[in-house]
Amino acid sequence: MTRRGTAYLLMLPALAWLAVFFLIPTVTLVSQSLQEGSLEEGYVVTGNVGIYADVLRDYAPQFLRSLLYAGIATVAALLIAYPLAYTIALKAGRWRNVLLVLVVAPFFTSFLVRTLAWKIILGDDNLVVDALRFVGVLGDDGRLLATPFAVICGLTYNFLPFMTLPLYASLEKLDGRLLEAANDLYAGAFTAFRKVTLPLSMPGVVGGTLLTFIPAAGDYVNVEFLGTPQTSMIGNVIQSRFLVVGDYPAAAALSVILMVTIVVMVMVYVRRAGTEELV
Amino acid sequence: MASGEDLRLVDVTKRFGPMVAVDDLTLTIPPGSFFALLGPSGCGKTTTLRMIGGLERPSEGRIHLGEQDITDRKPYQRPVNTVFQSYALFPHLDIYENVAFGLRRRRAAEVAQKVTAALSMVELTELARRRPAQLSGGQQQRVALARALVNRPQLLLLDEPLGALDLKLRRQMQLELKRIQTEVGLTFVHVTHDQEEAMTMADTIAVMNQGKVEQLGGPTELYETPATVFVANFLGQSNLLPASVSGRSGDDLLLDVAGSRVVLPAGRSRSTAEQLFVGVRPEKLHVRAAGDATLPDGHNAVTGVVTDASFVGVSTQYVVRVPWGQDLTVFVQNLHSGDRFQPGASVMLHWAAANAFGLDGTEDPEAGRIIDPELVQ
Amino acid sequence: MTITAPAPARSAPSRALDWVRDHLVQFFAGLALLYLFLPVIVVFAFSFNDPAGRFNFQWRRFSLDAWRDVCGAPGMCDSLLVSLQVGLLATVVATLLGTLLSFALVRHRFRGRAATNLLIFLPMATPEVVMGSSLLALFVQGGVDRGFWTIFVAHVLFCLSFVVVTVKARLQGLDPGLEQAAMDLYANEWQTFRLVTWPLVLPGILAAALLSFSLSFDDFIITNFNSGSTVTFPMYVFGANQRGVPPQINVIGSLMFLAALGIALAAQYRRKKY
Repeated sequence: MTRRGTAYLLMLPALAWLAVFFLIPTVTLVSQSLQEGSLEEGYVVTGNVGIYADVLRDYAPQFLRSLLYAGIATVAALLIAYPLAYTIALKAGRWRNVLLVLVVAPFFTSFLVRTLAWKIILGDDNLVVDALRFVGVLGDDGRLLATPFAVICGLTYNFLPFMTLPLYASLEKLDGRLLEAANDLYAGAFTAFRKVTLPLSMPGVVGGTLLTFIPAAGDYVNVEFLGTPQTSMIGNVIQSRFLVVGDYPAAAALSVILMVTIVVMVMVYVRRAGTEELV
Repeated sequence: MASGEDLRLVDVTKRFGPMVAVDDLTLTIPPGSFFALLGPSGCGKTTTLRMIGGLERPSEGRIHLGEQDITDRKPYQRPVNTVFQSYALFPHLDIYENVAFGLRRRRAAEVAQKVTAALSMVELTELARRRPAQLSGGQQQRVALARALVNRPQLLLLDEPLGALDLKLRRQMQLELKRIQTEVGLTFVHVTHDQEEAMTMADTIAVMNQGKVEQLGGPTELYETPATVFVANFLGQSNLLPASVSGRSGDDLLLDVAGSRVVLPAGRSRSTAEQLFVGVRPEKLHVRAAGDATLPDGHNAVTGVVTDASFVGVSTQYVVRVPWGQDLTVFVQNLHSGDRFQPGASVMLHWAAANAFGLDGTEDPEAGRIIDPELVQ
Repeated sequence: MTITAPAPARSAPSRALDWVRDHLVQFFAGLALLYLFLPVIVVFAFSFNDPAGRFNFQWRRFSLDAWRDVCGAPGMCDSLLVSLQVGLLATVVATLLGTLLSFALVRHRFRGRAATNLLIFLPMATPEVVMGSSLLALFVQGGVDRGFWTIFVAHVLFCLSFVVVTVKARLQGLDPGLEQAAMDLYANEWQTFRLVTWPLVLPGILAAALLSFSLSFDDFIITNFNSGSTVTFPMYVFGANQRGVPPQINVIGSLMFLAALGIALAAQYRRKKY
């Protein structure tokens, strides 16, 4: 068998799986969005492009809210993960591997169970809320649960390892001698960070923000557990349209719009921030 | 116990796309010799070695081991073993199993005995159960050697095995390898870019440049009678004086070097052209004060001015500018302490005519020249 | 000889402040770690709770009941079983297919490299909602009933890309000189693969399998869209949010964490010996 022949044979099963269960469904999704009908009567493809306008009009708030929440969560995750990744990569010495394990291990616990834990932490009659009421930050009836704050808190938490690990990978490659050189050339610690460390860790920042923002934008579990219908994100809408109401065309249209939005944002971001290897 | 068969490369060419790495090479490696392939990076020496080992296939040409044509044989079908530049020790096996690997594949008898003998030859018996990652670079190199030698191949191929070692260790290993080769009697084919290494270890050297062999011969022959400018510059250093043939006197060529008369025995010249380079090695030049009238018989002389004098302990290295603008390099052994010429001094350089060599004057005089950072230019 | 004046004595609080300033980064890192572990600690703590009502959100009193009667919560252990079955099956298939693909990518030349890489990357970059809904669209169009097998298909799908990334990285890190050395030492192609390539790639394949299993076991969104009436453990927990959260859920969560920690530390220990 020729080398090329062997290659195709090895690739075939996996690529076939991807083609059938990823590529084709994407097409099916678009076609489904252009259908009309109902669960009982069945659906027919009518090419109803107007559904996109309808859906955008009806659910613009949820879309914007999704992008907003995901954006805030991404920034928060970056601020929290950066010192952590920096410490592990550059200051941990022989504790490095242990710390990495500690960062990753919590995320092998079911994320739903952990999100439920946030319900306890931010719960109405528990420690955190009591403390904040005592200090006066929250009113006597103030809640943390069922607020945007809780949802964003949950989002930030859930995607923290997706931000930490790429940052770590990028910082780990940093040559410590570059910082020494910066210090030798009269740069203080903060300047050295701004001019040397930060730019060199950009691939990690880009990777981390992408891997955080994309899933966060489509999440609905955090709203379900920690939020209310007033804080619902586009994911909640898609889920309810598909699984509760059965309005397949609208739900499919929403999905397509979300996908396109993400793709566009990613391309713009990547082109500006610059990245080479994706896989 | 010398292996009896010679290795012959016949018209071997290797192309990588449009690039020709080895260009119509014909070479015979005699059995039991320590053979070196010497040349700068990119000259094709490693590719040639890999083709002998079976890790690359020639684009054209045949390879013969004794009577057999082994060109189409896979590496595991050839009685040839390689010591890789990166050692390529199997990280998941211990030293013992690394060395035993080839023996086990061939289902050889008395594996334990042979492995122990090989390890003791490279003085690593006590490390048999360690993993490669736990060994130093020098120790890994010796394991790689033992792993290849234990199979008693007809040819042992060494791909710049000493490159990663520090200077002292390298010198030590050079002598070790030579000793082992003499003891075991196998044919060694050693690839290197270090001309000192090649001259120290090898019986026969093939100097390669851009896929071709510039010259093949023993170290002395290559050094004292180089065939091309490349060899003259690559092995040691040479001063190449541009000369034109003005006549002949018996066995000697009469040459004109920018107005000065220079004599060269005809047998010392590789070229019969009108334009020649007269090559003189820096250590063959003597320095005297200008105006010193006593010139030994059979010596040629040119005058010049010292522009640089570097004391290097064993020797003094002069750069002398001669009237036609060329800078000649001279190495003078410091036989007495104290007497040295200073920059600005007028001197006379002379050499025994038979110590020079003649090369084709149309060649590029810079070919093969390596910039030695220790020498002031 | 110059005489230097002794440095002025620093008071303890200002020395402490100096220490904090020099170690600012580590300080924030410590806070971040605390933030990471807070829910885990809460999960663990509340597994010992005996809640008042159906919802385990308020601490009432300490009890080992949940640990003693882990399958006491109705439907939970069934859902665990489903998750385990899907997880194992999807892991085996995804690891197999993904490993074959990785070998093709790293060891062979072929046309359409860029397209293949893109196809592998896309599932990792697509929001779960979109992937889940597009698969659902496919099944609805195709008239396929949603259940165990559609979940299985979905899980293999998103695990594939991660397997390829993991195994490919390991393969690329493998020195090709090792295989050449093996052949130079009389091993034919099959022996070289069996004795050199395979043992050295295996850690990568195992890591990919582990990653696959945890992705599959923990997946909710895509499963939710394509499960029909089959219930996996994450779906059980999601339902529990409405229905009632028994402390047994926390027990499972704690066990998962301990298992993950155990495996990770064991892997670290093994690697130290290599």
